[in-house]
Amino acid sequence: MKEAVHLVRLAALFAAGFVAFLVIRQMVVPAGFGKYGHFRAGALDDIRARPISYAGHGTCEACHDDQHNVLAKGKHAQVSCEACHGPQNRHAEEPDKVKPVLPDTRVLCASCHESNSAKPKKFPQVVASDHSGGEPCKSCHVPHNPKLSTEKGQ
Amino acid sequence: MEPVTKLVEGFMYPNEVELQWSILIVLYPYITGLVAGAFILASLERVFRVEAVKPTYRLALLTALAFLLVAPLPLQLHLGHPERSFEMFLTPHRSSAMAMFGFVYLWYLAAVLVMEIWLDFRKDIVLLSRTAPSAMRWIYKLLTLGSQNISERSLQIDDRVGYIVTVVGIPSAFLLHGYVGFIFGSVKANPWWSTPLMPIVFLFSAISSGISVVLLIYMAATRLRRQALDMRCLDTMGSYLFYLFVIDFTLEMVDLTHRIYEAGESFQSLDFMVHSRLYFSHIVVQIVLGTLVPLALLGSAQLWRMSEARRKSVYALSGLLIMTGIFAMRWNVVIGGQLFSKSFLGYTTYKLEFATREGLLAAILLMILPFIILWALVKLLPPWTTLAHEAAGGRDGGNT
Ligand code: HEC
Ligand code: HEC
Ligand code: HEC
Ligand code: HEC
Repeated sequence: MKEAVHLVRLAALFAAGFVAFLVIRQMVVPAGFGKYGHFRAGALDDIRARPISYAGHGTCEACHDDQHNVLAKGKHAQVSCEACHGPQNRHAEEPDKVKPVLPDTRVLCASCHESNSAKPKKFPQVVASDHSGGEPCKSCHVPHNPKLSTEKGQ
Repeated sequence: MEPVTKLVEGFMYPNEVELQWSILIVLYPYITGLVAGAFILASLERVFRVEAVKPTYRLALLTALAFLLVAPLPLQLHLGHPERSFEMFLTPHRSSAMAMFGFVYLWYLAAVLVMEIWLDFRKDIVLLSRTAPSAMRWIYKLLTLGSQNISERSLQIDDRVGYIVTVVGIPSAFLLHGYVGFIFGSVKANPWWSTPLMPIVFLFSAISSGISVVLLIYMAATRLRRQALDMRCLDTMGSYLFYLFVIDFTLEMVDLTHRIYEAGESFQSLDFMVHSRLYFSHIVVQIVLGTLVPLALLGSAQLWRMSEARRKSVYALSGLLIMTGIFAMRWNVVIGGQLFSKSFLGYTTYKLEFATREGLLAAILLMILPFIILWALVKLLPPWTTLAHEAAGGRDGGNT
């Protein structure tokens, strides 16, 4: 043993390193890590505590059944209000104080309908610059029911 | 957005246009390969007691350490939040190959390489701690861990422990680099990478490049020290290099033949790539310059008698070519694997930047860094004083 003192010291050094690792790990790994999975359990509460941005389609309907009825008849029935109007929870809670800014249809409509070969063929697409020539889309289409009124009769 | 159309040919999914893995990710397997190769060369001497390559034994160990210290740096530079990479040690995810690799790396660094070097140099460290200039003496004192014991018996024990470390070290070195191959080979979505042969091909090319780098460093260092080269050592390394490289080349050809015969759905696309975008780096650099030419050179050194001077230049040139060729191989794997679309109908281009975080400059600096570290290591622990080693070396493995 006397002849292997240096090896014992080396082993002690490794052991110390390992213990230091465990201690540091104990200190830096956040509490509750791994309780529900490979994440910090407290993150759930943190996320829950964050302000809600989106009110959800159902909330809008309660006050805006006019728009809802129009929407429900057209092809945009499956598109949620806030997909076009953006997060409106604050408006839904205090409609008098917070008034949504109406979206610019030239930008909004193109964000879904601008033609792109990666989109499924059956999805209605246009090359906005050719199709409307810079005119806002709403001057021909009603946003809540985009089918053109001229087509209705046909 | 304009230039994107210039980069892309055919049909490319939007997330494929820009390459995510840059030249730094090419360096990473390259550098780990050099580590594994250098270590395996050192182990050859130790475990199989190949006396001829002894002059490079300690140099190879230090080379492996210098490169191993640099190996994670390209990855760190590639990360947006490098500091978070340490979380993979603290809260490792067992399903992540990369997280597990962190432990392989640590194990190899601490338990294998540092330990083996320490055991091997312990006698020198103790002697230097008595004779070195006072500032340095403290460093050596620290390295002795306060034990001045260099008695016959203690060195004998060191030697036996060192032998065990080496024996454990060989599979560890294989694991270290096999893992790097595995990381690519296991990407089943990418037909250019996804083959179980990948770890093995990586390993053999790693050994070839590692032997080459030690050979070149040995030649350069000997010249700088104005000493004579040990021709027996060079010849032995040259023949190892030749045989290992033959295996490496065969494996790659097996892989290639397999791909050609199988001609899977991706084949046309990959074939096209090899004939167009990768023609230079794959056919010209990797296969012709990096493989066939050095094989012919080394082979002729095996077959025909040559003068010493000629053999030296043959070895030096082959070493350089092999290192270049294997760099090209890593390049073709990493960059090549990202150039084609998963649709197999389109190709993109890699734009190598210069002075950016993942640019060419960073890559060059990272390739220079191990040599600076090696220089410091050699100053600290001169590998040339073989006297101390020979005293104990004769008994290598004699106890097993
Ligand atoms: C509590 C009832 C209420 C709810 C819920 C509500 N709103 Fe309103 N909203 C109003 C009232 C009232 C106005 C008219 C305010 C005004 O004209 O000053 C209005 C106006 C609007 C306007 C028009 C602003 C303008 O410039 O004309 C939009 C767009 C709108 N709401 C969108 C939404 C959306 C989207 C939701 C669902 C997230 C929603 N609202 C939920 C009450 C509500
Ligand atoms: C396809 C996108 C889209 C969807 C989905 C949509 N809107 Fe609108 N909405 C618009 C646009 C665009 C305008 C602005 C029209 C304008 O500038 O005249 C608008 C205007 C409004 C207005 C102002 C009054 C009016 O009718 O012009 C209200 C209120 C409104 N939307 C509520 C809703 C509610 C509630 C829903 C969900 C039931 C909804 N919107 C769904 C695009 C949409
Ligand atoms: C959030 C994405 C989205 C936005 C924004 C959007 N749309 Fe649509 N649009 C759709 C979807 C989904 C359909 C239904 C497609 C289907 O049925 O296959 C549709 C259908 C249509 C149609 C085809 C109607 C028909 O009868 O065939 C027109 C026209 C249209 N939208 C115009 C517009 C206009 C104008 C705007 C801007 C006010 C707009 N869209 C904004 C998603 C969107
Ligand atoms: C000048 C009037 C006009 C304007 C402005 C206009 N459209 Fe249209 N749009 C039409 C007409 C008319 C049709 C139906 C005829 C057709 O299918 O070509 C139509 C059809 C569509 C369709 C359905 C195409 C299909 O393949 O089913 C989409 C989507 C559409 N428009 C989107 C837009 C968008 C987005 C804008 C704004 C950038 C816009 N439109 C502006 C007149 C207009």
